[in-house]
Amino acid sequence: MSSIDFLFQGIIKAFELIFSLNPYIISITGVSIRVSGTATILATLTAIPLACGITFLNFKGKQALITLINTGMGLPSVFVGLFIFLMIVPAGPFGFLKMYYTQEAMILAQYILITPVICGISLAAIKAVPQPVIDTVYTLGGSRKDIVITMLREARFGLFTSVLAGLGRALAEVGAILIVGGNIAYTGSVGGIGEGLSYTRSLTTAITLETSKGEVSTSIALGIILISLVLSINILANFFQRME
Amino acid sequence: MRNLSVKILFVSILISIFAGCVQQAPTGNTTTPIPTASVPLELRLATTTSTCDTKLLDVLNKKFEETNNVKILTVCEGTGKAIATGELGAVDVVMVHAVDSELKAVANGSFINRSYMMYNYFVIIGPENDPAGIRNASNATEVFSKIASKQSAFISRGDSSGTHIMEKSIWKAANITPAGTWYQSNGKGMGDTIITADTKEGYTLSDRGTYLSMKDKIKLKILFESDQKYLFNPYHVMSANPVKFPNVKYDLAMKYIGYVLSPQGQDIIRNYGKDKYGEALFVPEEDAGDVTGP
Amino acid sequence: MHSELIRVQDLGKSFGKRVVLKKINISINEGEIFALMGPSGVGKTTLFRILNLLEKPSEGRLFFRGSELTGGTICENINARRSMSMLFQTPCLLNTTVFNNVAFGLMIRKVDKNTIREKVMNALIIVGLEGNEEQKARTLSGGEAQRMAFARAIVYDPDILLLDEPTSSLDPANVAMIEEIIKRIRHERGTTIVIATHNIYQVKRIADRGGILLNGELIEVNSIERIFEAPEDARTKAFINGEMIY
Repeated sequence: MSSIDFLFQGIIKAFELIFSLNPYIISITGVSIRVSGTATILATLTAIPLACGITFLNFKGKQALITLINTGMGLPSVFVGLFIFLMIVPAGPFGFLKMYYTQEAMILAQYILITPVICGISLAAIKAVPQPVIDTVYTLGGSRKDIVITMLREARFGLFTSVLAGLGRALAEVGAILIVGGNIAYTGSVGGIGEGLSYTRSLTTAITLETSKGEVSTSIALGIILISLVLSINILANFFQRME
Repeated sequence: MRNLSVKILFVSILISIFAGCVQQAPTGNTTTPIPTASVPLELRLATTTSTCDTKLLDVLNKKFEETNNVKILTVCEGTGKAIATGELGAVDVVMVHAVDSELKAVANGSFINRSYMMYNYFVIIGPENDPAGIRNASNATEVFSKIASKQSAFISRGDSSGTHIMEKSIWKAANITPAGTWYQSNGKGMGDTIITADTKEGYTLSDRGTYLSMKDKIKLKILFESDQKYLFNPYHVMSANPVKFPNVKYDLAMKYIGYVLSPQGQDIIRNYGKDKYGEALFVPEEDAGDVTGP
Repeated sequence: MHSELIRVQDLGKSFGKRVVLKKINISINEGEIFALMGPSGVGKTTLFRILNLLEKPSEGRLFFRGSELTGGTICENINARRSMSMLFQTPCLLNTTVFNNVAFGLMIRKVDKNTIREKVMNALIIVGLEGNEEQKARTLSGGEAQRMAFARAIVYDPDILLLDEPTSSLDPANVAMIEEIIKRIRHERGTTIVIATHNIYQVKRIADRGGILLNGELIEVNSIERIFEAPEDARTKAFINGEMIY
């Protein structure tokens, strides 16, 4: 069997797994969407108000905060994962929360990773709103609040793009959630395709594991789902950018 | 007003994801409804990749879960990390195979009740044409010396796993410090390392079980085995010390260890792999006979 | 009629060391069209921004309907600001439909939906953009965009309309339309209009009174007839004769 045949058969089997709605694959996809989706919602609820505060308020340490956010946009995920893991294990300061090896820990890790991403892109989007918009709103009788709302509305496509960028990064992230989540599936799927379901195993961490086991078709199936998700997000982001 | 509908759609998608999370997060599993009122206890097990990759745990744990209404959350991460995880109190029980590391972790009070559960042998695998000519070596140190002198590709786990620790001790016994482009550290699990070695047509040290479970997918062959001194690979289970970590489920961990060592558990180990690979992947402690664990 | 709407008293403005406006005194009466003339870059826009409370004067006082606005913050003076409206040389279009752009001033005033619809449609008819309400504002041509901005400025019936060079970047047809709209608004609604322009013919066509601003100083304020037929200041004469280079 040549290596091309091998790959080809892997792909065929991968599609079989996807279209037969294999419960292991579906549960992994569910974990990924749930964890990354929740992290994105929480990060958005933090990042966009933060971006507004930075744009519209003057306070001490503003420049330092912007520097922090810019640094945070490139945080290595394994570092974040390790740091959080050491915080939440029983020997760590937040051990009492019993968050280690849970989806909540994965959400926390991704939240920390993507909040700076969403905030940074939002900041740029709000900054890109032309300055005369402020004058125009004042001229038409607007208050400070009206200005903030109008600026956000003018920047809306950029804001959507920032949220989607955050979601994309969360979905594709592997280092942090592997450490804090433990890549756990219930018994039955420890060795790959089986009747067990994912507990803290995401698309990315499952790909790592299945590849190491030589379960090529399972890896390909998971990869196809992951790429499709990220691709649809990018198409959506592209769509928003073109609407602008 | 199209913008508004896009917005509503977007928000409702996000909310539905979020709602899904809120429903599912507390138990982490809604797809297995439990008819009785009792919610299964969760036992956290950190283990080496070989017990995961061979799928032995699928069978072994299933029985325990069924009889005790327990969900076992298995973290497969290599012996070094599994022990480190346990030393942070994050798991209730570990199943590992690196004697010195185990004893150190017991000595520092992180684990108690270290119990010998099974063994198998490490094997040295490599390409069939055997460029370093290790087939007829008399022991493992000679094998490693031949590979080093021929500078044939050798893929190391490089992840402080039990296999990696064993590999390092063989290099040490052979009085060789492996270095150079022929010696490559993979930093990954056993399965991954075998695949890398297969791709690069190099040698590697593997536990017998993981190799057997993968042998249909690769071209590498066992070129050297049965060195009682260096290739002996015993597995132990031990529970986290409840004195050090009051939150661990000590009783459940002990129940699990008891099960693994029970005739029922040992029988599963004894027969695992016979139907699929023609031979068992592990030998249970019960059958150790004269091969006693350290 | 002829009651004073805005009074500017000894008003000055400097940005750092650069003095832009010096000791300006004008009063603008209700219902008139007042033209502020002068070459480009003499401080017309700055004066307009001060009148519209977008900038604070460095010195002097500003009265609206007899009450002083100087010293208050941009928020405290919201009621005065809400009686005013301003049109910029280049309109700033919000990234939404024509309807939403025009309705903006009414929406922030929390006017009810039916009234908004009625007033917006009415304003669009005045500026000749009826039927374009669902179009994206950014797809409008330059002249249409300025007319839309005009509709947006008059939709909430301001007492005073400040027009800062509203036609300087438009083609003759759109200039004529805007001038018609200015006259119509004053005629139908009695809106007071202050227009800044360097186009003396436009002043002749639409204004009642005017002032010449030169290097930050208001050199003459008079009725249009007097300015064009018997100017008091020699520099005014030079300006209207086109001898001033700008």
